[in-house]
Amino acid sequence: MTWVLIALLVVPLVGALVVAFLRKDDKKAKLVALAFSLVELVLAVLLWTAYDPNGDRIQLATGVDWIPAFGVRLQFGIDGIALVMIAVIALLIPLVIGAGWTEKLPAGRSQGGYLSLILIQEAVTVAVFAATDVFLFYVLFEVMLIPMYFLIGGYGGARRQYAAVKFFLYSFLGGLIMLASAIGAYAMASDELGKGTFDWATLVKVVSDADSTTQTWLFLGFFLAFAIKAPLVPFHTWLPDAAAEAPIGVTVIVVGILDKVGTFGMLRYLLPMFPEASKNLAPYVLVLAVAGVLYGSLLATGQRDMKRFLAYVSIAHFGFIALGIFSFTSQAGVGSVSYMLNHSISTGMLILVVGMVIARGGSSLISDYGGMSKVAPLLAGMLLLAGLTTLSLPGTNSFVSEFLVLIGSFPTRPVFTIIATVGMVLAALYVLWLYQRIMTGPLRGDALIGAAAGPGAVGDPEKKTTIGDLNKREIAVLAPLVVIVLALGFYPQPVLDVITPTVGATLTEVGVTDPVTVQEGK
Amino acid sequence: MTEPVVASGVASFAWLLLALPAFGAAVLLVSGKRADKWGHLLGSATLLASFGYALALFFTTLGVSNAEERVQNLHLWDWIDVNALTVEFGLRIDPLSLTFVLLITGVGSLIHIYSIGYMAHEEGRRKFFAYLNLFVSAMLLLVLGNGFVTLYFGWEGVGLASYLLIGWYQYKPEAASAAKKAFLMNRVGDLGLAIAIFLMFNRLGTTQYTEVFSRVSEFSSAEVLAITLLLLLGACGKSGQFPLQAWLPDAMAGPTPVSALIHAATMVTAGVYLIARSNPLYNLSEDGRLVVMIIGAVTLLIGCIIGCAYDDFKKVLAYSTVSQIGYMILAVGLGPIGYALGIMHLLTHGFFKAGLFLGAGSVMHGMNDEGNIRRMGGLAKFLPITFVTWTLGYLALIGIPPFAGYFSKDAIIAAAFTGEGWRPWVFGGVALLGAALTAFYMTRLLILVFLGKPRWKELKSEDGREYHPHESPLTMTVPMIILAVGSIGGGWFLSSGGRLAGWLEPSLGELKEEHGVISHGMVGILTVALALVGAGLAFLLFGRRKQPVERPARVAWPVRAARADLYGNALNEALFARPGTWLTRALVFLDLKGVDGAVNGTAALLGGSSGRLRRLQTGFVRSYALSMLLGSIFVLGALLVVRFS
Repeated sequence: MTWVLIALLVVPLVGALVVAFLRKDDKKAKLVALAFSLVELVLAVLLWTAYDPNGDRIQLATGVDWIPAFGVRLQFGIDGIALVMIAVIALLIPLVIGAGWTEKLPAGRSQGGYLSLILIQEAVTVAVFAATDVFLFYVLFEVMLIPMYFLIGGYGGARRQYAAVKFFLYSFLGGLIMLASAIGAYAMASDELGKGTFDWATLVKVVSDADSTTQTWLFLGFFLAFAIKAPLVPFHTWLPDAAAEAPIGVTVIVVGILDKVGTFGMLRYLLPMFPEASKNLAPYVLVLAVAGVLYGSLLATGQRDMKRFLAYVSIAHFGFIALGIFSFTSQAGVGSVSYMLNHSISTGMLILVVGMVIARGGSSLISDYGGMSKVAPLLAGMLLLAGLTTLSLPGTNSFVSEFLVLIGSFPTRPVFTIIATVGMVLAALYVLWLYQRIMTGPLRGDALIGAAAGPGAVGDPEKKTTIGDLNKREIAVLAPLVVIVLALGFYPQPVLDVITPTVGATLTEVGVTDPVTVQEGK
Repeated sequence: MTEPVVASGVASFAWLLLALPAFGAAVLLVSGKRADKWGHLLGSATLLASFGYALALFFTTLGVSNAEERVQNLHLWDWIDVNALTVEFGLRIDPLSLTFVLLITGVGSLIHIYSIGYMAHEEGRRKFFAYLNLFVSAMLLLVLGNGFVTLYFGWEGVGLASYLLIGWYQYKPEAASAAKKAFLMNRVGDLGLAIAIFLMFNRLGTTQYTEVFSRVSEFSSAEVLAITLLLLLGACGKSGQFPLQAWLPDAMAGPTPVSALIHAATMVTAGVYLIARSNPLYNLSEDGRLVVMIIGAVTLLIGCIIGCAYDDFKKVLAYSTVSQIGYMILAVGLGPIGYALGIMHLLTHGFFKAGLFLGAGSVMHGMNDEGNIRRMGGLAKFLPITFVTWTLGYLALIGIPPFAGYFSKDAIIAAAFTGEGWRPWVFGGVALLGAALTAFYMTRLLILVFLGKPRWKELKSEDGREYHPHESPLTMTVPMIILAVGSIGGGWFLSSGGRLAGWLEPSLGELKEEHGVISHGMVGILTVALALVGAGLAFLLFGRRKQPVERPARVAWPVRAARADLYGNALNEALFARPGTWLTRALVFLDLKGVDGAVNGTAALLGGSSGRLRRLQTGFVRSYALSMLLGSIFVLGALLVVRFS
């Protein structure tokens, strides 16, 4: 079934090519792009069925030589974590295309160009998760920035150039340091084996035996790249700008998908390749993680712009993910991976709903809204549901992951866990406050009743507004997410079963065992 | 602790209890406007069906002669299963949970029926019933769940339903704020519950009741103390106990049936359930229980004192609820001599307080939604049924025999007088004082609302209408009558022959009896005497002269303090809200200003770290890395030059 994986890489690229020729006909471009993204989704489902949770560490492996002189190969394969991430990308892209169906692009830009870039982004991102050659991973890690650079810089808001360059600079520099570390690992392999290789499995074997000083330096190179990408505080400042300036669909991709490459990298590269350094440096990473939870949450409450708000919410969530990864228990690890999945779904939903709010009001400033539930009750309900999964209410998907991260990290890192648990209260604060300001109270705000009404004006409840509730297309975009949010909230086991063996293997590579073990008689 | 048996027969369908109202909620939410015509009927019908099934289940369980077999476990599915951690989604059907199930579905059904009339003129009534159904479903999960995580699920679920219903009139900013405040303060309590769950998993590798309770001896005494206190924090949040009591009075911004069901009869008593359910843990920690008792005693006084000063009908009742739950918490804090007493007061209180709230709703319904008792007076003859049922609830609450509250409250006060040293005198004394204060503020309410001369004849309500008080329709009065019957006979029925305590034994253990420092009979006499003193004092102060419509501004400092919630809100504001706002503003500022610094910092770090690596590795690596670096900088420069125009 390796063809499925290859097809997953190729189909969006073909789609991008076809769509790129349809720059004259926006409607056709949208339909074709949607069709290709749906094919990709079907392929992802096939990939899920082809994957055996209790099989090999890396499955569906396939590849060809690329730069034989340096032992670089175009080598792909997936584990449970990569599978989950690929699946969620394939799920979100059609929804992003559907949500942006009527979005106005900047003058002179065509849907063909925009959607072509989106599909390229999808292909490259799938490839990043599927790469099992460290050099290939690095190259894709950087290549991933290029379509995004053009998406933000070409289709974004007023400060789009600034945001695009900043995004690129940050990630690119991080990647370069990772390259230096990757080459360091290559050099070690070449010393030890007589010939250099970038093969992930080989490097894991070679590098994980290195002395802890070497490991520490190599670790730091990778870590910085991943910490910027994830992003962890204080390497986060590119995200709010990128999220705020990007068109809403691109925000979904940046916040919902791209930054998972950071935490994915931690699990796939940092922990197995540098187990000693990971254990030694874990307390420092955990400080950043927990600081991120509190910092992101507090800043989210202080934001005036909805899209920046979303970015800070994500920063808080990435704190939880990092906490789970560096606590080294299977529950916390599984929690983190499912958090990566659920964050994509929940935050993806939240961003899409906020996008629908902005599409109606024409402003992303929170203060431009008020009392919207009166005119758009269904939209209000969706914002509330997206908010509730963001604050990890039991019954929604995110609760399972947050609960696993916290209960799993408590046995090894009780103090960090308790501090992070405070984030639960703050999450309730920022989510419900956002909802309150946009949806409740009397109908008010520039966006809803017109700037001419003057500051502090309140809408006339009797007067009809032009703001409507969700239309059929928007319902179709959100309905699958609602179903998934609840389904994974009540019955998350199919996903946990896929993740658990991979996380277990990762922890074995680190050389730790769970502090809480299965009781007798269970 | 009685080990559960696998649920069979009628009990194997216990999931229907939750599923029926949940199904109702789902249908109502998905159908939208189409459900406007029949939404309230579906909502009520699903709950009545649930109640019917609950009765069948109750009598089947009662028919099981061996009390040991009255505890059953129904496994539904494994909810979260990762290696050592298995969280079951299952139900525990035992006398304690069944007692709550009957209360929730019974009172819930009555309040659904009442709401058909009360909410008749509301736009989107179907949504109201959807939320009510959602609440019932979550509340049933809370009490039926067979582990601490399923309890937590229900716990947060009722929090959500409460949020939605407090914020029902969400176009009113104060309702939206009250809803958010309730959810937030509850989450503070949830923090405690969550960390207690982590502690259990850390030591035992499980969070299921059966295993946790049978292995409590494996905890160290420090862990037991920590867990009992953390669970108490959770209880304080949900049950409006000190120091997390401030949300409950604000929650009265919701429609009155909500106040009756959620914020009087069921949800707010979840804290009492939690402590009673966790009795194997509390039995081990005397210190933990002492803190529980202190919280209960402090809260019951706070509630009474503030209740004396408020002029808002529902808020007085809300503080009364805070105070009565204080009694229950005090009771369960007493341990084996008090668990069953706490539950008994919870049940009688559920009946008479729900009735009192529905009465308040009926009055407000007939008075243009007026809530200020100073604008009422003399309403008895306009709302005769409401007046009679309300008065019966009133007599039950202030503990006049033979009404329900007398039996349950008197038993708690007597139990509070047991023990050694200062404890019986302090806790018993506070409980007695509370009884007097309760009679005082409730009599004040009775006089200002129903008796005396009407003060509303010359006035108009906020929306400019004149007041035309009238009795409510049958859908509203019938539930009030049924609840009033419970207020009359409920206490005697539950307590005679230790009926309730015996039934609860498989869940709570045997109800121990201890002799107090003063005899039970003496306590009974004192309770009634003090209640009469309180009521008499209120009559002297409020019943004999005309009360002003505007509340007097020049009052003594205790009244001022009570009117300001004993400065609870001010304290929250000063300790959390304001510093939090400042901190957030400072951080937002720093985050914006720190951008350039961070970028420069990254660049500096880059130079440093690759330099180290260069020294570490061979010359080959150095040249390679450097050339890549230069190449990358070139690409980067190119991207910077080719700007979008």
